Amino acid sequence: MPDNFENISGKIRTPILEVRDLSVSFHLLEGVIPAVAGVDMVLNQGEVLGVVGESGCGKSVTAKSVLRIIPCPPGSIDSGTAMFEDRNLLELTEAEMEGVRGNKISMIFQEPMTSLNPAFTVGDQIAEVFRFHRGMKKREAFERAVEELRRVEIPDPAKRARSYPHQLSGGMRQRAMIAIALACRPRILIADEPTTALDVTIQAQILNLMGQLQTDIGMSIILITHNLGVVASIADRVVIMYAGRVVEEGTIDDIFACHHHPYTHGLLRSVPRLDRPSEDLQEIKGIVPKLNDLPRGCAFSNRCDYVMEQCRQREPVFKPIGSGHKSRCWLENRPW
Amino acid sequence: MLKYTIRRLLTIIPVLWLVSAMVFVLIHLVPGDPVLVILGAAAKPEQVEMMRQRLGLDQPIIIQYWDWMIALLQGDLGASILSDEPVTRLILERMPITISVAAVALFLSLAISLPAGIIAALRHNTYTDYFFMILVILAMSIPSFWLALLLMMLFSFQLNLLPVMGWISIFDNFWSGIQYLILPSVSLAFIMAAIVSRMTRSSMLEVLREDYIVTALAKGTPKRFIVFKHALKNAFAPVMTIIGFQIGFLLGGTVVIEDVYSIPGVGRLILGAIANRDYPVVQGCILMVTSIVVFVNAAVDVAYAYFDPRVSFDK
Repeated sequence: MPDNFENISGKIRTPILEVRDLSVSFHLLEGVIPAVAGVDMVLNQGEVLGVVGESGCGKSVTAKSVLRIIPCPPGSIDSGTAMFEDRNLLELTEAEMEGVRGNKISMIFQEPMTSLNPAFTVGDQIAEVFRFHRGMKKREAFERAVEELRRVEIPDPAKRARSYPHQLSGGMRQRAMIAIALACRPRILIADEPTTALDVTIQAQILNLMGQLQTDIGMSIILITHNLGVVASIADRVVIMYAGRVVEEGTIDDIFACHHHPYTHGLLRSVPRLDRPSEDLQEIKGIVPKLNDLPRGCAFSNRCDYVMEQCRQREPVFKPIGSGHKSRCWLENRPW
Repeated sequence: MLKYTIRRLLTIIPVLWLVSAMVFVLIHLVPGDPVLVILGAAAKPEQVEMMRQRLGLDQPIIIQYWDWMIALLQGDLGASILSDEPVTRLILERMPITISVAAVALFLSLAISLPAGIIAALRHNTYTDYFFMILVILAMSIPSFWLALLLMMLFSFQLNLLPVMGWISIFDNFWSGIQYLILPSVSLAFIMAAIVSRMTRSSMLEVLREDYIVTALAKGTPKRFIVFKHALKNAFAPVMTIIGFQIGFLLGGTVVIEDVYSIPGVGRLILGAIANRDYPVVQGCILMVTSIVVFVNAAVDVAYAYFDPRVSFDK
């Protein structure tokens, strides 16, 4: 893929993070689990990239591997590169990575209830970022933390900064997490299911807040989710993952209007819609196979409605089927 | 936090009362007549009766309890039946000895167990971890009195490095005092170090798997900060509870150790008093030791609220 390419809206996009051939495995008692197998993923400047897939498809592991925060052991990053600002993140020293994490690339997590340390005040946990990345003194850092809480629209930030996480609601805690993540105005925010654990009304608030802050700071977002509705509302491009592989990649229109992979098709058909009778709602048959016991050939072949003989023989290549639209499937044309 | 602390400290009062009542009842339930022990089995009935009157043992138990309680509230634990000395003075003379042995044992055990537990947790499932945990099982299985004898044989008889038994206060002669302190404290510290390091390890392991550790990593917190700030503060609360309990066992353990090493502490005072049915002394000693345990545990609870703010949270 060229360094610059034109997307649908005609804007020139510059890649900011390029993940190539990333493979990550976990060495557990039941054997070696290849959680991520040769993932390619590009994040462009200023865009929101949705990463979608069922639980255990490797979307979180991919993101955490880029930040190198998967526990090693049992995890190990077996191959690949993650180029960011002309450096391969996977080859940096631990100290260099500490300078990247929370400073240039930040991450927020699914569970706001457990992601904040119960033993320290919210302000202290935000202030830490300023102390490590900006070398501020304790007091100055704490004052900046209050500012950050105000920025994520937490009422009475001076008081809330002195609160412990258990004194805040789930939505408030997720705002505090966002404040931590965005404190240093990172270039990339990785949001790992940021709204899954929240009420629907709070979900919308958090998504709006993220969208607004993205415009303010001009950062790129990797949004990991299994909620296609969330992706449709804020993502520019989408990557669909299955069994540790990227199976389809394209703009939001490519994925929603002319998706090519049967798995994407299945995902979209399993989303309830108001403009469609509910009988049409279909699940993807079968369950996600064990990662260390995948079918031969295409990993999706045992659940695919359109499976062909060659699908069971050889794994399909990830090939372009349009400008910026790629799919990992042997099908020539869409049968739906 | 302040409200919680006051509330917790107030609960000490009923606990102490209950403890005193139980000590009193238990002592009076224990078989063996102190008067016969003092006068000998051949004493004449009139002598026995006179002695009973002098000690107040002819009164109903309720009256005895009332008198004892009133005196106790004034800080008077009565007088030894044998020596007629005030129990308070007997205890206060010996308390510093017992406390110094227990304190050094506590210090030694924490100095060993906390780093050991943390290192074992950080090197989970490596040979370092296995090594420490084998040591722990070994240390937990060795009775302290036997360890005391082994240490005595090695360091005092074989190597001639340390005194066999006896006591010199560190306040009279610091260096000799230290020499007399080492073996008893080490024998006591061993088992406590084992228990605390096991607890530290499992508590750290649990905390290191928490989501907020990943959050700390993701914001670029250096590893040593994650271990010593984020993890340790959370992991320490349960460890501290165990330490609180262990202080009780430590004071109990000194009774045996003081006997082995002939240390004139509260432990030996209790043993002597029990042998002679000197019940005011037994009562006083047990009350003193249990009070210490009650206060230590209250202090642990208050400190717990510092390590885990959720504890003192008033809705």
